[in-house]
Amino acid sequence: MSEGEMAQLMEEVEEKKKLIAIIRNKPWRMKRRLVLLREAQQFVDKFEGALGKGKGRKWYAYKVMMTKKWIKFQRDFENFRTACIPWERKIKEVESHFGSSVASYFIFLRWMYGMNLVLFGFTFGLVVIPEVLMGLPYGSIPRKTVPRPEQPTAQDYSVLMDFNGYCKYSVLFYGYYNDQRTIGLLKFRLPLSYLMVGIGTFGYSLMVVIRTMAKNADVGGGDGEEGEFTFAWKMFTSWDYLIGNAETADNKYASITTSFKESIVDEQENQKDENIHLRRFLRVLANFLITCSLGGSGYLIYFVVKRSQEFATRDDLSWYEKNELEIIMSLLGLVCPPLFETIAELEDYHPRIALKWQLGRIFALFLGNLYTFLFALFDEVNTKLLEEEGIKNASIWALKEYYANYSMMMNDSEATPPPMDPSDVIRGPCWETAVGIEFVKLTVSDIQVTYLTILIGDFARAVIVRFLNYCWCWDLEAGFPSYGEFDISGNVLGLVFNQGMIWMGAFFAPGLVGINVLRLLSSMYYQCWAVMATNVPHERVFKASKSNNFYMGLLLLILFLSLLPVVYTIMTLPPSFDCGPFSGKTKMFDVIMETIDLDLPAFMGTLFSYAANPGLIIPAVLLMVLAIYYLNSVSEAYQNSNMELKKKMQMARDEEKNRRNNTDSTNQVMKDLEDLLPNRSLAPPAPPEPEKKPEPEAKPTKTKPGAAGKGVNLQKDVALATPNPNARGPVRQPPGPRGPGPGPGPGQGRGRGRGPPPR
Amino acid sequence: MGNKQTIFTAQQLDAYQDCTYFTRKEILRLFYRYRDLAPQLVPLDYTSHPDVKLPYELIGSMPELKDNPFRQRIAEVFSEDGEGNMTLDDFLDMFSVLSEMAPRDLKAYYAFKIYDFNNDDFICKSDLEKTLNKLTRNELTEDEVRMVCEKVIDEADLDNDGRLSLEDFQHMIVRAPDFLSTFHIRI
Repeated sequence: MSEGEMAQLMEEVEEKKKLIAIIRNKPWRMKRRLVLLREAQQFVDKFEGALGKGKGRKWYAYKVMMTKKWIKFQRDFENFRTACIPWERKIKEVESHFGSSVASYFIFLRWMYGMNLVLFGFTFGLVVIPEVLMGLPYGSIPRKTVPRPEQPTAQDYSVLMDFNGYCKYSVLFYGYYNDQRTIGLLKFRLPLSYLMVGIGTFGYSLMVVIRTMAKNADVGGGDGEEGEFTFAWKMFTSWDYLIGNAETADNKYASITTSFKESIVDEQENQKDENIHLRRFLRVLANFLITCSLGGSGYLIYFVVKRSQEFATRDDLSWYEKNELEIIMSLLGLVCPPLFETIAELEDYHPRIALKWQLGRIFALFLGNLYTFLFALFDEVNTKLLEEEGIKNASIWALKEYYANYSMMMNDSEATPPPMDPSDVIRGPCWETAVGIEFVKLTVSDIQVTYLTILIGDFARAVIVRFLNYCWCWDLEAGFPSYGEFDISGNVLGLVFNQGMIWMGAFFAPGLVGINVLRLLSSMYYQCWAVMATNVPHERVFKASKSNNFYMGLLLLILFLSLLPVVYTIMTLPPSFDCGPFSGKTKMFDVIMETIDLDLPAFMGTLFSYAANPGLIIPAVLLMVLAIYYLNSVSEAYQNSNMELKKKMQMARDEEKNRRNNTDSTNQVMKDLEDLLPNRSLAPPAPPEPEKKPEPEAKPTKTKPGAAGKGVNLQKDVALATPNPNARGPVRQPPGPRGPGPGPGPGQGRGRGRGPPPR
Repeated sequence: MGNKQTIFTAQQLDAYQDCTYFTRKEILRLFYRYRDLAPQLVPLDYTSHPDVKLPYELIGSMPELKDNPFRQRIAEVFSEDGEGNMTLDDFLDMFSVLSEMAPRDLKAYYAFKIYDFNNDDFICKSDLEKTLNKLTRNELTEDEVRMVCEKVIDEADLDNDGRLSLEDFQHMIVRAPDFLSTFHIRI
């Protein structure tokens, strides 16, 4: 075989291979696909061997075999991965009853569970297990022992519930970890691992969130203009094929009908502008009220944190006083959103816009609360740091006294005294553990409040409505209060903020991620049960388009905001002197410096010191800024050219329509003549034959308004598209910029949910 | 995963995996779903490619399809004989296209076929009217129906022939943000 033939054959083989790879994307019948697939595979098998002749034959055959094995491995791995995805049946059940928007919340929950499981794996495997297996056991050194004064109560249930006592001196919290540089036979560097895992948590989460956002961005469908295809989209994309339940289907029919009727009404009338001044005033008033309540809630939290600091000094606290902070925060999160919704009634916005405002306000509320909490916490940390100085001196003093006492008692100043019992050593305040405890308590109370809300707000309500209905004056099921609807946006926001708290607290309390994994797991089952047993499908289905990326964007924002406090603490605050893996160092990241100096070869140290030189970093930052600027302008240029092309297409359409109008109206006489002539020699050879016929018919109705002819509602002035061009003016405004007609999806439902790592 | 099944040969399963978006386990699960519709008609051994067709009534009674107003059209589009009677190949094909992994263009192609009631490769006004009536269960008045159909043609018809061709339809539907999430059946 000659070279040319060889090359051609190779090309053909490549083509067949490509066909095999994309054959499932072809819109053919399955039978045809199977036949073509078999042919292509036989061709490839037959000729691939032949191509291997000549030089490099063995290598070629080896390459082919490895590719086959690789494809098979990929396929098996894919199969395995799909088999591992949990809760597929459950989600399908929810989907068929409630539609894709509610199910997207559960898909999001499942994705979060997957991410948290990976974080848990990191933390557990690289920090907790080494400390437990290779580190010193409980009770051997002061930081791992309950101090003598606390020992009598250390096992009390109430103390454990507060995460004091034995809980505080366990692997759950920062303070337990020893600062030994290497532990065990394997010389595992625990402090380094602790820091790396802390940073790696953020890095991994960032990577996963951005990857999912990129995947979802593709799905969004690009740049459909607002209202460009309102009716077409309504007609072809409003039925949710996932519905598998008769009641949901009924609801869906009703909501589709309502939605069409609304759009028709919007088409026919322009919204009259009511008193615009009153509307503006009401909006300003509403915003003012909401800002007041946001400020009020922020102040309330600050006040409560201050009070809890006072409480910390007292001992006789009631249960309420001990948990006041967490209760208040959770209550605020519960009470304020409905409050905002009621105030927003004043504003009178379109539902989709109102939903955006609502979500923005809830976001501001949670953010404000979280950061006020953080600032108050920082105050506490600073107080503790000051305390530490005093205690450090006191403990050194106590040690000296102990030695002095000992030698006095033994009357032998030469013998070495045994080390002081660990529980007697005076302990520093250990602010990191305190912060960790605060976050864990917050998370736990959040879990409790969420579960209680579902139990009371949904379950008890459903039970009351169902059973009290028999003996009540009005129909509880149809009127107030009726069954609840699943609040998608509230739940998703709750999940996002909970994750933010986990990210913030995981550095100070490694056990927090484990608690979160348990929480997500139980949440999945609990909420699935609750939604199926106590909720009804939404009456009006609003789908905020691209809302899936909205929630991912929110998650990304929260990730950055949680990153800040942790990075600040690592970089600036000095670690406690007697607890945690960084005790004794001036700053936490000194561990890295130490590792570079002692463990890595010398040249790496010099390399790092060069890399850390400002003279290198500033130009690098500058370069990145320039790159961002360049990419930004390129993307703007593409957007502009896109707009130009769209305009051109629109103009071409208009021209076509114009031309058609003009030809028709001027050549009507000619057309009548043509109809009479047998060979239609004067007729333009236009394909749309069937269209010509309605025109002469509709002509007489042109002058009769409201005729029941070929359907045009001629009573109103609005111009509608009809095949009869004579019913309107020669130039028609394309359906581009439309009034406040509801688009393909305002509101509360979610779009797609299935983004993420499990597939 | 164990290779203990005797329904298909290994080559058949691999071929199905190449031709659909399903994994091996899902294909077997779909086979059992297919068989559950009519156990006496469907043999347990497909290695000899038996020619078995299930009538439309059985397909249309599946829980995933029974509430769908377009189930008849879906079955007709994906069946070989055009009447809704489906072989296993058609069955797999249908759920593969309607699954989450199918790309937008492929779904748009089949959606066009589904909404084209008279199979003339164009979505004309009567097709639109039928679609709308199915969607609203005849709750809209005739005038309203007419108006909506005209609006749709006006919005989506690019070549101005008064009906939607495949290109018009695809151009319109690939921009729809909800299309992928609603044109999806999970099985």
